[in-house]
Amino acid sequence: MKKLKLVMVGNGMAGVRTLEELLKIAPDLYDITVFGAEPHPNYNRILLSPVLAGEQTIEQIVLNPLSWYAEHGITLHLGKPVRTIDRIKRKVVAEDGTEAAYDRLLIATGSNPFILPVPGKDLAGVIAYRDIADTQTMIDTAKTHRHAVVIGGGLLGLEAANGLMLRGMQVSVVHVMGTLMERQLDDTAGQMLQQSLAERGLHFEMGAHTAALLGNEAGRVRAVQFKDGREIPADLVVMAAGIRPNTALAERAGLLVERGIVVSDTMQTVTDPRIYSVGECAAHRGIAYGLVAPLFEQGKVCATHLAQFGIGRYTGSQTSTKLKVTGIDLFSAGNFSGGAGTEQIVMSDPKAGIYKKLVIKNDQLVGACLYGDTVDGSWYFKLLREGRKIADIRDKLLFGESNIGDVGHQGHNKAAAMADSDEVCGCNGVTKGTICKAIKDKGLFTLEEVRKHTKASASCGSCTGLVEQLLMFTAGGDYSATPKKKAMCGCTELSHQDVRDAIFAEHLTSLDAVYTTLNWHTPNGCASCRPALNYYLISSWPKEARDDPQSRYINERSHANIQKDGTYSVIPRMWGGETTADELRRIADAVDKYKIPTVKVTGGQRIDLLGVKKEDLVNVWKDIGMPSGHAYAKALRTVKTCVGSEWCRMGTQDSTQMGKDLERAMWRMYAPHKVKFAVSGCPRNCAEAGIKDVGIIGVDSGWEMYIAGNGGIKTEVAHFFTKLKTAEEVLEFTGAFMQLYRKEGWYLERTVHYVSRVGMDHVKRRILDDAPGRRALWAELQAALDGEPDPWFEHDKAAVDTRQFVPIQVVA
Amino acid sequence: MSAACLNNHSLPIAMNTTTPWVSICHIDDIPVLGSRRVERAQGAAVAIFRTGTDAVFALLDRCPHKGGPLSQGIVFGERVACPLHNWSIGLCDGTAAAPDEGCTPRFAVHMVDGQVHLDRDELAQLGTDLPLPVAGPAHRCQPG
Repeated sequence: MKKLKLVMVGNGMAGVRTLEELLKIAPDLYDITVFGAEPHPNYNRILLSPVLAGEQTIEQIVLNPLSWYAEHGITLHLGKPVRTIDRIKRKVVAEDGTEAAYDRLLIATGSNPFILPVPGKDLAGVIAYRDIADTQTMIDTAKTHRHAVVIGGGLLGLEAANGLMLRGMQVSVVHVMGTLMERQLDDTAGQMLQQSLAERGLHFEMGAHTAALLGNEAGRVRAVQFKDGREIPADLVVMAAGIRPNTALAERAGLLVERGIVVSDTMQTVTDPRIYSVGECAAHRGIAYGLVAPLFEQGKVCATHLAQFGIGRYTGSQTSTKLKVTGIDLFSAGNFSGGAGTEQIVMSDPKAGIYKKLVIKNDQLVGACLYGDTVDGSWYFKLLREGRKIADIRDKLLFGESNIGDVGHQGHNKAAAMADSDEVCGCNGVTKGTICKAIKDKGLFTLEEVRKHTKASASCGSCTGLVEQLLMFTAGGDYSATPKKKAMCGCTELSHQDVRDAIFAEHLTSLDAVYTTLNWHTPNGCASCRPALNYYLISSWPKEARDDPQSRYINERSHANIQKDGTYSVIPRMWGGETTADELRRIADAVDKYKIPTVKVTGGQRIDLLGVKKEDLVNVWKDIGMPSGHAYAKALRTVKTCVGSEWCRMGTQDSTQMGKDLERAMWRMYAPHKVKFAVSGCPRNCAEAGIKDVGIIGVDSGWEMYIAGNGGIKTEVAHFFTKLKTAEEVLEFTGAFMQLYRKEGWYLERTVHYVSRVGMDHVKRRILDDAPGRRALWAELQAALDGEPDPWFEHDKAAVDTRQFVPIQVVA
Repeated sequence: MSAACLNNHSLPIAMNTTTPWVSICHIDDIPVLGSRRVERAQGAAVAIFRTGTDAVFALLDRCPHKGGPLSQGIVFGERVACPLHNWSIGLCDGTAAAPDEGCTPRFAVHMVDGQVHLDRDELAQLGTDLPLPVAGPAHRCQPG
């Protein structure tokens, strides 16, 4: 088949990222030709400021070296701006006459700096700040000249000014407005920023209108003149008064241009469906974005359409800003100015140089402006994007994520203050230095990319906040934020919630039905989505959907826990943590008979036999003759109990019996994640019920019920839920909560995360306020569990493929 | 599938006298989207996989990462996810998906009327020198 021809005009970050995404999903579809106006391959424009400041070199910021283009067979025309697009003959013509025909055209021409229309703007020494050439001019000029004037007190202007100052020039910043970065900062933060920069040696002309640039005999700029007639010396003038989408070429080609080239949600120009546009030159729903994160999202969507998948829509982005001036921490996002209907939480300590303002509307964070202490910027941005209700954390909101207890690394939460050798990800042993190096060297922008390349935060995820901070500090504020709605995996665009809803609404009862109805991209899913889908199917349609053992993780397929050497561990169920001499004798005999190397008492009041060969599993289960403990499954695990009133002189309730009853009622219950209960017989709480998914504590008048505790990665004290009188009520309320979690929880979401996602109010409404609903949930759970098999003994009924326990012997 | 992935069953293998094929099992002895372990006198077992389209592949049952038994992983498309740390290994070439790096030996598979055959010499020798992970009390005796 003859390949289609794709031509890209513009060789910048947004465009090349689109090509990368395209090559990932459709590597052989197109012959690709790229025209770039600059003589360089694609580089990271965001990092021009660190280059100017001498912190990085130009070589270091190249994202795609020439070899990358060659590897992918891309024809690259560097230093050749495109002059015309001939939409009838479907070809582009560069200024030097080079032509390229296209089937699809991608316009990614970015933006141009806005040059003030003042006399003298064409003098030598007057430049913009946009590309490598400008940066090089600034670096060179700093070696030979003394006075620099930067026109524009926005993000770019201040970064330019700071860089020139570090290179030894005397720099004045001219700004028409009264405060710096007025689009990103409120007045207070702007003033603090100005003061801090002034202390470093920058000079400011605020509220100053530039009237003309004056030149010397040689035609080089010598001074800037203001409207009031004042002059300040200038050997170099940097125009950083904003950017304009570079749409001239598109306009000449007759494409509709408003704020930029007008594109639809599929990134197609509204004028010509063969022509796409991404990046700063494109206007989507009236907005031309100038930050990397949205542009990459656009690229991803555009690539899926170029690949003819016809999926994915770009629906706009929220953006945040961070100034890349070393030593000055500043962050803003959303609506930080406030306004009607908003409330503000403000902390201001000018002497310490710290200012924080959070803007709240309808119990949601809608804006943040931070100065001096920005470690929580990424967290606030996350809250803002997710639109999470903040009532429950409002009193601590201003003090940051570490005060919420949301980070597993207490005391290590200030990423910027960490040494390079400090470990960020404890699971995979990844240090801060490794992460920062990967971000810089490999040009990473998203959390997903960092996870893939370094494994940091890829396991338990407790260091996600830290990694996001590092990303923000290293890649700049433009790092790609996780989209609000996260796809389940690469096999679909749908989120966990979408899939759950569809399985229920469309009455889907098999994996194949899910793949077909929901347009899965892969023939049989992946190791990430399949276990989730299998759970959603069997929990949505119990007794109807068939459990698929090949879609379960090995532990749930073999009903034992795999160990690092490929052997397994066996944990039999001991109801409420009680055992007998008979059981212990059988366990001891099995340990001898099967030469089980380690016997260990677990934290859940059970016994763990470690190092059992897979071939022996079935016989060990049989010999022990105790039910499966499901210690390997996303299911009800242990019900930990204290001795209780039967023996304990302090005990007020029979906690052991209560625990046994709960365990017998709910064992074999699969759930989105593992589930642990505990029952204590008095408020001394020896069973540690405060860190369990459901904790029951006996008091003189009955039982207190606590939910959504967690003793793992993120220690979380369970919340008091309700007080109950009888054991029957404990069963009913616990069962109803479990069934709600089973129906609404996302796969691999513990109760603590589930409750924090849906809100405690929601759970209370469903379980406490709605008695008929609660009883219905409890009845549903009982019906679902009725007759469920014990996988250790009822292999057929539990869909255990016993062939797995018998290795194939080669008959010679 | 990329060109690098064409091998084993998809390439015609000449049934000549020099390749001593050993009959292992019938394809239906392997679960769809699953695998079986073929034990050997020495060294790691051989994992034989069956995909959703009834293609059969064989790899050393040892993940290039930490030696996890690939036969116990989840099979999807033409890949298997290692049960220990979720590395994704290509069934046709034994290579880990980027950015992970590593490769486990693959074994030639020959199918005749649904009967799965492996190469006798590969069965006897391939990958037998590679160490297997240890755990438990045996681990304590390990140097280092």
